[in-house]
Amino acid sequence: MKPPAFDYVRAESLAEALAVLAEGGPDAKPIAGGQSLVPALNLRLVRPSLLVDLNRAGLDGVSADGMLRVGATTRQAALDGDDRVHPLVRSALPFVGHFVTRNRGTVGGSIAHADGAAELPLCLVALDGVVVVDGPDGRREIPGADFFVTHFSTTLRPGELVVETVWPFGQAEEACAFEELALRAGDFAQAMVAVVLGRDGSGAVQSAGVTVGAVTDRPTRLTEVEGLLLGSSGTEAAADAGALAARAVDPPGTVHASARYLRELTGTLVRRAIERAS
Amino acid sequence: MTEIDLTVNGRTVREVVEPRLLLTDFLRHRLGLTGTHVGCEHGVCGACTVLVDGVSVRGCCLLAVQTDGSHVETVESLADGGPLTALQDAFRRHHALQCGFCTPGILMAVLDFVERHPNPSRAEIVDLLSGHLCRCTGYAPIVAAIVDFVSLSPSGRTA
Repeated sequence: MKPPAFDYVRAESLAEALAVLAEGGPDAKPIAGGQSLVPALNLRLVRPSLLVDLNRAGLDGVSADGMLRVGATTRQAALDGDDRVHPLVRSALPFVGHFVTRNRGTVGGSIAHADGAAELPLCLVALDGVVVVDGPDGRREIPGADFFVTHFSTTLRPGELVVETVWPFGQAEEACAFEELALRAGDFAQAMVAVVLGRDGSGAVQSAGVTVGAVTDRPTRLTEVEGLLLGSSGTEAAADAGALAARAVDPPGTVHASARYLRELTGTLVRRAIERAS
Repeated sequence: MTEIDLTVNGRTVREVVEPRLLLTDFLRHRLGLTGTHVGCEHGVCGACTVLVDGVSVRGCCLLAVQTDGSHVETVESLADGGPLTALQDAFRRHHALQCGFCTPGILMAVLDFVERHPNPSRAEIVDLLSGHLCRCTGYAPIVAAIVDFVSLSPSGRTA
C-alpha cells in the first residue's frame, strides 16, 4: 500500500527539528532512517500529520571521549568495522535487519522505536548505556534501563528527540556474547540474549549481566540469573543459569512458537551465551 | 507539494512531488524506470533496492522528497540495451534468474556489498541474500553467480 498524506519538513538543525515538532503537536513525528516508520506508513498503521526529517539535522557521527557517543542519525552500517564499538554491539549488528536496511536505518531510530525484538535496545540495556534526549524542557540523559517502557513505548516526553546514545568501550577483563534465534536470517528475533561477564584474576565471575529480549516487552536484565553466576567460572554455572532463565521469563506464545518453546529457547540461548563468554 | 532536484542514472531530474510519494513509485511512474520492482512495500523482499549516493537502500522505505540533491542509480544504469555488465553476465551464465522479479534489487545490493566487502565468503553472500526474496531459483544459482563474480579481478568486475 501507499502512505497516507502528510506534510513534510526537512530540518536543517536540531533546533529547527524541535521547533517544528513542537509546533506540529502530537501528530507530528520525526523520521530518521525510516526503516520501521515507512513500512508502518505504507501499511497505514500510523497516520502522522507531519513528518520532520532529521537526516540533515547534523545528528550523525561517532565520537569518543571516554565513552562512545553515537549521534542519533548515525547509520547502523556505520558501526560495522569500527573498532571503538563495543564487541557486544559488533556481534549483535549482523542480526539487525539486513545489509541494505542497516545502510539506512539509524542507531537512534532503533532506540527510539523501542521494538521489543530489536537488538540495539537490548545491547544498550546490557551495557548500561545512556540515551541523550533534547526537547522543550532541555537536554537530559536517561539510563537505558529507564528508557524502555514496553513495546514501542519509552520515557521520551512529548516533543523530545533522541539526539545521541552513549556506550561504554569493551574492557580487557570482560567477556561478552550475543545469541539470537530468528526463523530466517534478518527476521525478528524469537528470543535473544546478551551476556557480559567481568572476571577477577582467578577467573571467577565478579560482575554479570544477563539481558534478554523478544521474549519480554523490553530489554530485561535477569538479576537472579546474574546472581547465580557470581563467584563461578561461568561455564560451570551455565546449565543452572539457563534453567533459571527459562523459569524467569513468561513470554506469550506466538503463531510461530508456544510459550513453553520460547521459555526453553531462552534458557538454551542463555546457557550458550554464558559458555561462549567463558 | 515539494520540488526536488536529483540525478537519476546520470540524468538531471527536477520534479514536484507529494511528500508521501515513495522513491519506487517516483522512479517507475514519473520517470518510467520500471526496472526497479515493487514487491512487499515494507522492506522485506528487497526487489526495490537501488543505490542512493552509492549506497544500497530499499526504494520502498524512502520518500522521493528525501532524495533531493542525491544521485540515484537503478538497474537501468547497468546495461540499458547495451552489453551486459560483468555481474549481469555472471547471472546469465549461471541461470541465476527465472522470472527476474528479484534480480534488479539483488544486482544493486551486490554492487554496493562488494564495494565494502571485496572478497566475501560464500556464507557472507548467503547472508546478504537473506534480504532478497527469490521464489524461483532456490538461490543456488544466484549464490554461484555472485561467487563467480567476486572471483574476478577488480578490473574484470567493472567490465
